[in-house]
Amino acid sequence: MAVLTDPFDTPVLKARDPQNPSLEEVAADSARNNQDPAGDQTMVLNMGPQHPSTHGVLRLLLEIDGEAVISCSPDIGYLHTGIEKTCEAKFYQQVVPLTDRIDYLCPMTNNLAYCLAVEKLLELEIPERAQTLRVLMNELTRIQSHLVWLGTHAMDIGALTVFLYCFREREEILRIFEAISGQRMMTSYFRIGGLSMEPPIDFWERTRKFLKIMPEKIKQYEDLLTGNPIWFGRLKGVGYLSPEDAIALGVTGPPLRASGVDWDLRRDMPYSGYEKYQFKVPVSKDGDVWARYVVRMEEMYESVKICVQAMDRMPDGRIVADAPKIILPDREQMKTQMESLIHHFKIVTEGFAVPAGQVYQAVESPRGEMGYYVVSDGTAKPYRVHMRNPSYATLQALETMCKGKLLADVVAVIGSIDIVLGEIDR
Amino acid sequence: MAEALLTLDAVREGMPANPAFMAVGAMATKAKFDRNELTITVPREQIGAACKAVQAAGYNFFETVTAVDWYPNEPRFVLAYHIVSMTLKERIRLAVEISGENPSVDTITPVWPSANFYEREVYDLFGIHFAGHPNLTRIMMPLDWEGHPLRKDYPVEGYR
Repeated sequence: MAVLTDPFDTPVLKARDPQNPSLEEVAADSARNNQDPAGDQTMVLNMGPQHPSTHGVLRLLLEIDGEAVISCSPDIGYLHTGIEKTCEAKFYQQVVPLTDRIDYLCPMTNNLAYCLAVEKLLELEIPERAQTLRVLMNELTRIQSHLVWLGTHAMDIGALTVFLYCFREREEILRIFEAISGQRMMTSYFRIGGLSMEPPIDFWERTRKFLKIMPEKIKQYEDLLTGNPIWFGRLKGVGYLSPEDAIALGVTGPPLRASGVDWDLRRDMPYSGYEKYQFKVPVSKDGDVWARYVVRMEEMYESVKICVQAMDRMPDGRIVADAPKIILPDREQMKTQMESLIHHFKIVTEGFAVPAGQVYQAVESPRGEMGYYVVSDGTAKPYRVHMRNPSYATLQALETMCKGKLLADVVAVIGSIDIVLGEIDR
Repeated sequence: MAEALLTLDAVREGMPANPAFMAVGAMATKAKFDRNELTITVPREQIGAACKAVQAAGYNFFETVTAVDWYPNEPRFVLAYHIVSMTLKERIRLAVEISGENPSVDTITPVWPSANFYEREVYDLFGIHFAGHPNLTRIMMPLDWEGHPLRKDYPVEGYR
């Protein structure tokens, strides 16, 4: 049936009541406001700080035009606890547990960087066995950190299975950490001058067993992800970072190597005897999220190789340097020898004086260059401790990687740079 | 470990071929080679020029900048810039001494954009002004925070 309309039915013009506009008027206003002839209206989207895919309390202010990101500025500091200030009030040996809490995914790497810096100030010689154990623990830490990265990154993209598999293997590493130090995450296993204790008897067998199965497991993750068209589509070509930009913005670690810059402190400025190990430094020229994925997966294989070499060449001997005024004596000695008791008492109550000077020691953490700048004024407490953290610099490159790309890619990019907010805010 | 060279003259004599020292040795006021680390102190006004010079000398990667507060001594603040060369595999430290009265220094973000966050951090926690910085706001502390926590005269206990 045709609808009959009255050709003379013009709208009745009636005065608008500003206090009480009619529904039609509101709809018309809304339609007029949404008209955007020049296309220049943007929206500011607040991502975080409590957002599951920002990996901590990162807040991003995203200016978006439709789905495209125009600018992206990180707002950090939610986890700032003033660790650098706290260090100034502690004895040198008391700072070690604080360093665990900076980057909670690689506590041993933090311990190592700090201990190396103070040992450089003290000019201490570390025994071969302690150095080898340090390398072994550092590479295990790298594997477990990369496992967390892979699990959470895959979960952000939508592959939940990988997360569960990764945490299964990570659990075994954490159990090894617990066996060796008594703690799963905040290990504080390293000491200035060596290590806190000799590993337990079953440590060797357990680690061997783990290192034997680990390459197969990494292969399993790759089987789940590498050939997956969704994974490939979400990662390939996303978040490009050129090598020039990467260097200019201070990016280090896997993101830098994924951009084609062949730089790894373990090989190029070796510490703790890394020059004695055979390993490759994976580099990719693509510079996208996919390249970062590939580089980190390769790194896990290399870390397993370094661990195996460290187990094979593990020398006998002491695990602490021969410096009774710096290193706590053996429990047995402390209870039977007067001299050791005095040293124990002095170290615990007064600490030990460190010669005045300043050092900067950088190590390759799972996320990149982690550097400790320690200034001593000759007393038993550090005058200033500054941490150069890889995530902090990498976060500056986020805008370059996200600009002009889609909003959904921001999540993929954040996952790929593997930030830890604990070390950014400190 | 190489022998320590503790004065400018000793460094000039002991390591004349060091590329960093060749680049900024002319403007250096102090230099020190201690524990295998070379520290070159340059005047406050010339930090931008010094950074450009070491960059041209092959020190391409800026790592970090931070400050040390020597309160109540003068000059109160010493800024330490760490720069590494990926080709020479060597690191240098450029230092700048700043007085405690209205501490200010030029930004080096035109040379290395990566200094952006680090300079903001030093501004936030030490109250040192970086002239010419693109976005000099607090980064760790809340925007309305009073005082600069990493200064040595900042109280560590009590109420605020």
